[in-house]
Amino acid sequence: MKIHEYQAKELFRKSGIPVPKGKICQEKKDITSLLAEMQLPVAVKAQILAGGRGKGGGVVLARTMDAAQTAAEKILGMQLITKQTGKKGTEVKTILFEQGVNIAKELYLSMLVDRDRAGILIIASRDGGMDIETVAEENPERILTVHVNPLLGLQGYQIRELIFGLELKASVAKAFSELLKKLFSLFVQYDCSLVEINPLVITTEDTVLALDAKVDIDSNSLFRHPDILAMHDTSEEDELEAAAASHGLNYIRLDGTIGSMVNGAGLAMATMDLIKQAGVEPANFLDVGGGASAEMVENGFRILLSDPNVRGIFINIFGGILRCDILAEGVVAAARKIGLSLPVVVRMEGTNVEEGRKILAQSGLNLTSATDLNHAARLLAAI
Amino acid sequence: MAIFINKDTKVLVQGITGKEGRFHTSQCLDYGTNIVGGVTPGKGGQEIDGVLVFNSVSEACRETKANASMIVVPPPFAAEAILEAVDAEIDLVVCITEGIPVMDMLRVKNGMAGCHTRLIGPNCPGIITPGACKIGIMPGSIHMPGGPVGVVSRSGTLTYEVVHQLTEQGLGQTTCLGIGGDPINGTNFIDCLSAFQDDPETKAVVMVGEIGGSAEEDAAAWIAANMNKPVVGFIAGLTAPPGRRMGHAGAIVSGGKGTAAAKLAAMRKNGIHVCENLGNLGKLCKEVFTEQV
Repeated sequence: MKIHEYQAKELFRKSGIPVPKGKICQEKKDITSLLAEMQLPVAVKAQILAGGRGKGGGVVLARTMDAAQTAAEKILGMQLITKQTGKKGTEVKTILFEQGVNIAKELYLSMLVDRDRAGILIIASRDGGMDIETVAEENPERILTVHVNPLLGLQGYQIRELIFGLELKASVAKAFSELLKKLFSLFVQYDCSLVEINPLVITTEDTVLALDAKVDIDSNSLFRHPDILAMHDTSEEDELEAAAASHGLNYIRLDGTIGSMVNGAGLAMATMDLIKQAGVEPANFLDVGGGASAEMVENGFRILLSDPNVRGIFINIFGGILRCDILAEGVVAAARKIGLSLPVVVRMEGTNVEEGRKILAQSGLNLTSATDLNHAARLLAAI
Repeated sequence: MAIFINKDTKVLVQGITGKEGRFHTSQCLDYGTNIVGGVTPGKGGQEIDGVLVFNSVSEACRETKANASMIVVPPPFAAEAILEAVDAEIDLVVCITEGIPVMDMLRVKNGMAGCHTRLIGPNCPGIITPGACKIGIMPGSIHMPGGPVGVVSRSGTLTYEVVHQLTEQGLGQTTCLGIGGDPINGTNFIDCLSAFQDDPETKAVVMVGEIGGSAEEDAAAWIAANMNKPVVGFIAGLTAPPGRRMGHAGAIVSGGKGTAAAKLAAMRKNGIHVCENLGNLGKLCKEVFTEQV
């Protein structure tokens, strides 16, 4: 789960990680009074979850109060378009006013879960403020990495490796070391999957502070972080994806025309691939869970039918333990209940599959049984 | 022979008194699995389907001499359940639970270093040696005992699909297992491939991967260097959009890494028979394995 920059900075503050003084603004009428509490220069930063805010015009450093006022009025409420938002952009509902700082040096610092080594990877670079992927490509020798064993925690020699590698002055080494330790604790305490500070700033006063903050939290850990769960902002999510999530369905919207409903994530992905190979485009990923209950199927139908691009639906359920006659009854009942008019191809496998097919055939609905995946692909291509 | 489990495997079920635990215990018993006990703290002395429940894994092991465990406890308690089984020196732990926090698994994985317990999963369907022992939630009926094919996969229902197609082609299985859809898991592809390579009954292997991470690439390189048995490979997620988590916690293309295309290329480069279309997987295996086995 992603959280906003201002929320990440609240976590930083709580953990004792220095961040610039900041104020949140969500109403245009509050802009003037909030700015009155700030000193120049002041940064005006759009708070959306998508990346690329700066290049999209969502971040302005104002040297006068007039400029700050103008920028704030323009950014708050705008449709901000970045490389991650799509063409429609995202409405800016919150802006952050932040005190400008005297920058001596900009660094890059991030921590993430390292799948391959089952540890926590720390990445740092002297090239702060730049896209780290670009640095990695053009100047790989300027990227420092440290692998931390989660049982042992961050070690002194690892901190020193970064301090020497980043060529930090002795006068800032202590502050950097403190920040690193606190950030690592925060990473572990809040079950982060990614923490990124770009740039991490060394000021002309030799202090260290996080000018930006990006924090992603492992969604599986939210049961033990009610405070993080309360930060969840669903307003930037696709409407259908949010609706599906509220029903416990795993749904991702794509831009094709053939909707699919599958039990299990791997089979759902393979089913999307199969649709594409049949010469049509998948409209979504939808995993209704291993059980594929009648209720889940009904909710799944509702989500798929809410997408105006969908022209046909492919239900691919590998039942196994689940009985196909019961599944078929569920599909028929759900289709009747919501008045399904689109053609549906059903491929199911498992116990009582013949009875299941009979139930579909006798329903009088536009439900076609496929005998296997290749048959299903031919039926889909014909829709 | 098969790998990791056989008819003599004695199985505990951790979380046996829960809804899932009860259901899958009864399914495994029906298949013929030798379930010797269950564990739910505070419910010791009860019986589920004739299986005695114990308060702890160590007590259950003392009383039953179990050497494997199936974990079906909810995510907040699953990591500790694994550690409890490891501490009791159980040989094989199969963790079905989906949704364990990654940080918990990082600790478990590092904490298990040097221990002799093998962990399969988490977030997996389990392992089955057809006709002998099933530790998991897969439908037993689709499997065909006797080999010659070993199946290893990161998925659940997609594995059933593959096994079903093999059985329809008359290709039996030695052992089929899912290693799980999470970013941090116990047994990996190479562990399984290595065991299949050493198993005289296994003559050929089907490996089913998906987007995310680099386990398939590593496995492909390992196969080229170490295996002389034919391998058919399939990767799910060619059409998955980058940056999105496709159901499984580990199934995500990030920063251009972990794509299906890259995995398929690595498989081809290392002499694996790539199946492009899931509908043809059974037939492809029949062709390749009949030629080479």
